[in-house]
Amino acid sequence: MNLFSSSIGRKILMAVTGVVLIGFVTGHLIGNLQIFQEPDHINGYAHFLQSLGPALWIARIILLVCVVLHIWAATALTLENAAARGSGPRYSVKHTIRATLASRMMRWTGYIVLAFILYHLAHFTLGLAQRDTFKTVLPSYVMTGDYHVMGLTVVTQDTEVHDVYSMVIRGFQQPVVAVFYIVAIGLLSLHLLHGIDSLFQTLGLRSAKWSGCLRKVALVFCALYFLGNLLIPAAALLGYLQPLS
Amino acid sequence: MATLDSKIPAGPLAEKWRKHKVDMKLVNPANKRKYEVIVVGAGLAGASAASSLADLGYKVKNFVFHDSPRRAHSIAAQGGINAAKNYQNDGDSVYRLFYDTLKGGDYRAREANVHRLAEVSVNIIDQCAALGVPFAREYGGLLANRSFGGAQVSRTFYARGQTGQQLLLGAYSSLSRTVGQGLVELHTHSEMLDLVVVDGHAKGIIVRDLITGAITRHSADAVILATGGYGNVFNLATYARGSNTTAIWRAYKRGACFANPCYTQIHPTCIPVSGDYQSKLTLMSESLRNDGRIWVPKKKEDRLKKPSEIPEADRDYYLERIYPSFGNLCPRDVASRAAKRMCDEGRGVGESGLGVYLDFADAINRLGENGVRERYGNLFDIYHEITAESAYKQPMRIYPAVHYTMGGLWVDYNLMSNVPGLFVLGEANFSDHGANRLGASALMQGLADGYFVIPYTIGDYLAGQKPGSRPSTDRAEFKQAEENVSSMNKRFLASKGKEPVSHFHKRLGKIMWEHCGMARTKASLEEALKLIPALREEFHANVKVPGSADTLNQSLEQAGRVADFIELGELLCRDALTREESCGGHFREEHQWPDGECKRDDEKFAHVAAWEFQGDGKTPLRNTEPLNYEFTKMSVRSYK
Amino acid sequence: MVAEKPSKKLFAVKLRVWRQAGPSAPGAFVEYSLNTVNPDMSFLEMLDVLNDDLTMKGEEPVAFAHDCREGICGTCSCTINGKPHGPGQGVATCQVYMRAYRDGDVITIEPFRAKAFPIIKDLVVDRSAFDKIQQAGGYITARAGSAPDANAIPVPKGDADLAMDAAQCIGCGACVAACKNASAMLFVAAKVGHLGVLPQGQAERDRRVLAMVSTMDSLGFGSCTNQYECSAACPKLISHDFIARMNRDYMGASFRQMFKAEAASTGGGAG
Ligand SMILES: Cc1cc2nc3c(=O)[nH]c(=O)nc-3n(C[C@H](O)[C@H](O)[C@H](O)COP(=O)(O)OP(=O)(O)OC[C@H]3O[C@@H](n4cnc5c(N)ncnc54)[C@H](O)[C@@H]3O)c2cc1C
Ligand code: HEM
Ligand code: HEM
Ligand code: SF4
Ligand code: F3S
Ligand code: FES
Repeated sequence: MNLFSSSIGRKILMAVTGVVLIGFVTGHLIGNLQIFQEPDHINGYAHFLQSLGPALWIARIILLVCVVLHIWAATALTLENAAARGSGPRYSVKHTIRATLASRMMRWTGYIVLAFILYHLAHFTLGLAQRDTFKTVLPSYVMTGDYHVMGLTVVTQDTEVHDVYSMVIRGFQQPVVAVFYIVAIGLLSLHLLHGIDSLFQTLGLRSAKWSGCLRKVALVFCALYFLGNLLIPAAALLGYLQPLS
Repeated sequence: MATLDSKIPAGPLAEKWRKHKVDMKLVNPANKRKYEVIVVGAGLAGASAASSLADLGYKVKNFVFHDSPRRAHSIAAQGGINAAKNYQNDGDSVYRLFYDTLKGGDYRAREANVHRLAEVSVNIIDQCAALGVPFAREYGGLLANRSFGGAQVSRTFYARGQTGQQLLLGAYSSLSRTVGQGLVELHTHSEMLDLVVVDGHAKGIIVRDLITGAITRHSADAVILATGGYGNVFNLATYARGSNTTAIWRAYKRGACFANPCYTQIHPTCIPVSGDYQSKLTLMSESLRNDGRIWVPKKKEDRLKKPSEIPEADRDYYLERIYPSFGNLCPRDVASRAAKRMCDEGRGVGESGLGVYLDFADAINRLGENGVRERYGNLFDIYHEITAESAYKQPMRIYPAVHYTMGGLWVDYNLMSNVPGLFVLGEANFSDHGANRLGASALMQGLADGYFVIPYTIGDYLAGQKPGSRPSTDRAEFKQAEENVSSMNKRFLASKGKEPVSHFHKRLGKIMWEHCGMARTKASLEEALKLIPALREEFHANVKVPGSADTLNQSLEQAGRVADFIELGELLCRDALTREESCGGHFREEHQWPDGECKRDDEKFAHVAAWEFQGDGKTPLRNTEPLNYEFTKMSVRSYK
Repeated sequence: MVAEKPSKKLFAVKLRVWRQAGPSAPGAFVEYSLNTVNPDMSFLEMLDVLNDDLTMKGEEPVAFAHDCREGICGTCSCTINGKPHGPGQGVATCQVYMRAYRDGDVITIEPFRAKAFPIIKDLVVDRSAFDKIQQAGGYITARAGSAPDANAIPVPKGDADLAMDAAQCIGCGACVAACKNASAMLFVAAKVGHLGVLPQGQAERDRRVLAMVSTMDSLGFGSCTNQYECSAACPKLISHDFIARMNRDYMGASFRQMFKAEAASTGGGAG
């Protein structure tokens, strides 16, 4: 099918998977920001997610497929684009007319974010890194109230859950880890800065009439996304957030 | 002595073409693919011919020296294309377009050809619109028109200032389709360097691949040349640098008659020359004359003043003054010579004194700057790039420059030259414009020839040729022609001279412009006929062509073309000298009315002069084809 | 172009010109100094002067592509100081004037570089790939003689103008040369846009975009990462909005094609 074999098809694939990934990271950020509330919130939230069972796995599979496709398409296009420049000499005078920094760094930002994701999974999902502060190692947390999602009670008071709250804060009390997160998130924001603009173009939804507006929206979104994410490791690092155990 | 049978069908003017189409022989569809046709050139004429013939079923081979058919010089035409559609309801008709074209050509064209051109003009617009040419439209979605020099109706269709580009891209798209479908075999970077005549019929060409240098032979049942005009014989002209005369010149040397070479057109609105390094002159479309007013200062002393400092009362809007009914829209030759007269009087503007103003102040007042930008923005931009001046703020400076050649290979009504099987289309032939071409008529003619004439007339010739009878390229004629080409190249490369080819082209251009330009005299032409042969000698002795023949070698390409231009220049002057009258673009100072207009001599010169090659160094033979005006009266052309 | 008042004083520049004898020969920069540059000269006229000098010295002149010298044929194709078609906006190489430079400037002149545009010699590259893309579908099939009256199909002025914006492409290849990925998207989008906007182009619209894009891909051009260098370098300033438009067309066409397989075999055409 065209989606996999043609240049535009792959671009569309990348854009569509990009939309899904943007949706995930945005939702993930909003979820994570609950860390600034009572520990009940983030811990209840994490427990709720874990309790979804098959639904969680469906979501995970969708995400995984998107990441794989996104990266596959990105890699295939990157290789082809390098080949398209030719094997001969490159321009001896480098000159960029208006391509933005973000657009020229897509590959770098993309692959570093990939590295980050792998580390992040090892860190908070699998407990392969910083084993001593992993949620399963920490004492469990007892919910002090009910946790609701859209008005429905999904985790009840007194349930014993993992103390994700403390795991995250402890994790970020390690300056190296926190700084790595901050840098990675900065790069992801940069990736999205071009990515958002770009995906509208790829899907044929961008034109001179509103491209200026689109750029501003993307910029504000990325700035907020960066700040939101920055707050968590920064607060932990600066001691504003303290682990329960 | 060549036989020049114009083959004009009998009957009433408006019936000739229709009747002829019925009378011509047809090739049976199953047989068509057995015929191979060579088309040299892919400008408007060549591209439209190649694709149309391919669609009919003939096997077509198309050769261009350009790297892509889309680069032909037709791409540069700006202003528009005429057609007798009468969409404006302003009194246009096929007859009026016919009449305007004939009169514009100063009664030196064939009535029957011109009438056919006017007839098919309407189909051209239909065809081009169907191909997706984005002609200018009115808000209601119907086609828009503008007016052009030499006409009192609005019949010019246009696509911004890039009409030629859009028409060519339309023809090129059809050509591309037929190439993609395998119906046309396209050879780019392939320059035709000789015509092969077998048993008196044109049956092939010799081609040099400009990249590898390989010389190849190609045989066919008929050969079509659509290779454009020869105006670069003047070196400085509005033509693309690559435009040349080689294809038709070498065909001339193989027996095709060259008709009316002295009919050259000078375009009134070009950007003046700025220095001796100059390589070409840029045209500012004639459409500018719709809204621009042309003037020079009344007093010589004012000529270097800023135009804004010259009050209205001290300006001479000379075209409006001399030609009150046509004003700024009088034909090109008339407007050009008027500009020359003003400059000769010492009233020319700009540093060189060779320029007149084309002023848009009134138009800007009337339409607003944006209105003017909408119509002419790209032309104003071009002007700004070249001169660093803004025509929104000050008038443009313009001067005439060589722009079109009405002369070309002689063809009959079927567009076949006197060499059977050799057809010539577009600017390369002499057929439809007489002694002067009206604006927006060349595009019309190129497409008429390619889309609507040759598809019919070539069948009439091919039906008389046995299918599969085209000669083998092993024949002696092919071998001889190939040797002719390679030995010429060897001679250039072996020349121990010192000067680059461009040096000789510049000198030729100077001789031509000074002695055979806007105004010609017996003395100046006789002088030129001494200078040119001397230049030719010097060229062959003293030209330097570096490099080799088996790679891309632009000096070598140019050397061959300039060699041909020098020879053509001589013929052009000879033709101008023998034509003891003034008509259209050919102005002999000895023959003018007291007001400086052309004075024709219909008694002696109402004929086509078709020159026949007699051998190198020999004086060519002047054949004539009388112009019989059956339906219109030759009158004194007046635009007053 | 820079709109300064030209000072007619001649000046000197140093040229670094890419010289390459043939497609497979190794190339290198060669330096030349030129002392008689007139600010009113065009860039190509400056190269003419250089070439005449070289010829008189018995050296081979620099091969460079050119023809109309007024920005319409699309033949000229130099990358000047890293920018295809050199300084200025919306101009081709032949429309660059030496008044853009100052005494003592070093000017590096390279060919357009892309795998799909192999170098023929010096500054001349082979852009026949563009013709192949056109041959795949860049047309409306309308054989001579088959057309209805031109006014039978009205085209709203806005559409005609939009089509013209795209149709202005001169096929120079600067978009490919400027794109970091050597992508031909702007060129192809201009063609697809021009014909796709017009009512006459609808019958073949889907087929056209699918065929042209797949040919583009097969010729070794890169793919677009939406960097908009192409439209900035384009001598006709063709907007990258046409790329968005083509993406949309392509998506629609691929989608329709998926559900069309059967209709096609019953004799239905594309579109
Ligand atoms: C600046 C300018 C503006 C103009 N504006 C208008 C206008 O507004 N309206 C109008 O009606 N006319 C205009 N004209 C005139 C008109 O453009 C030309 O007369 C017309 O386009 C010529 O078309 P053609 O097909 O005969 O030749 P061309 O377009 O010149 O094509 C010649 C073809 O022949 C090929 N060729 C030539 N020699 C050889 C060879 N030896 N071997 C192989 N191939 C060869 C070339 O590669 C090319 O493909 C203008 C002309 C100029 C210069
Ligand atoms: C959560 C992670 C990611 C998100 C949300 C994301 C999002 C996006 C988006 C929206 C686009 C634009 C798509 C288009 O215009 O067609 C994009 C493009 C791209 N992404 Fe990602 N991406 C992510 C991760 C990655 C990763 C891990 C890589 C590493 C390989 C990567 C590499 C690229 C590349 C190379 C592009 C193309 C650049 C371009 O179109 O200019 N992305 N990404
Ligand atoms: C400060 C920023 C972030 C914090 C605090 C954070 C926190 C967490 C936590 C706590 C988990 C584990 C939840 C659990 O299993 O209980 C998790 C999972 C995950 N995070 Fe993050 N995260 C952050 C940023 C990111 C970013 C930027 C990405 C993507 C680019 C990301 C992708 C993921 C993924 C893919 C999972 C696995 C989800 C699953 O279990 O399937 N995270 N994150
Ligand atoms: S889109 Fe612009 S840069 Fe690309 S080929 Fe066309 S004119 Fe040249
Ligand atoms: S520069 Fe290249 S990346 Fe796309 S927008 Fe233009 S083709
Ligand atoms: S030479 Fe024709 S566009 Fe530059």
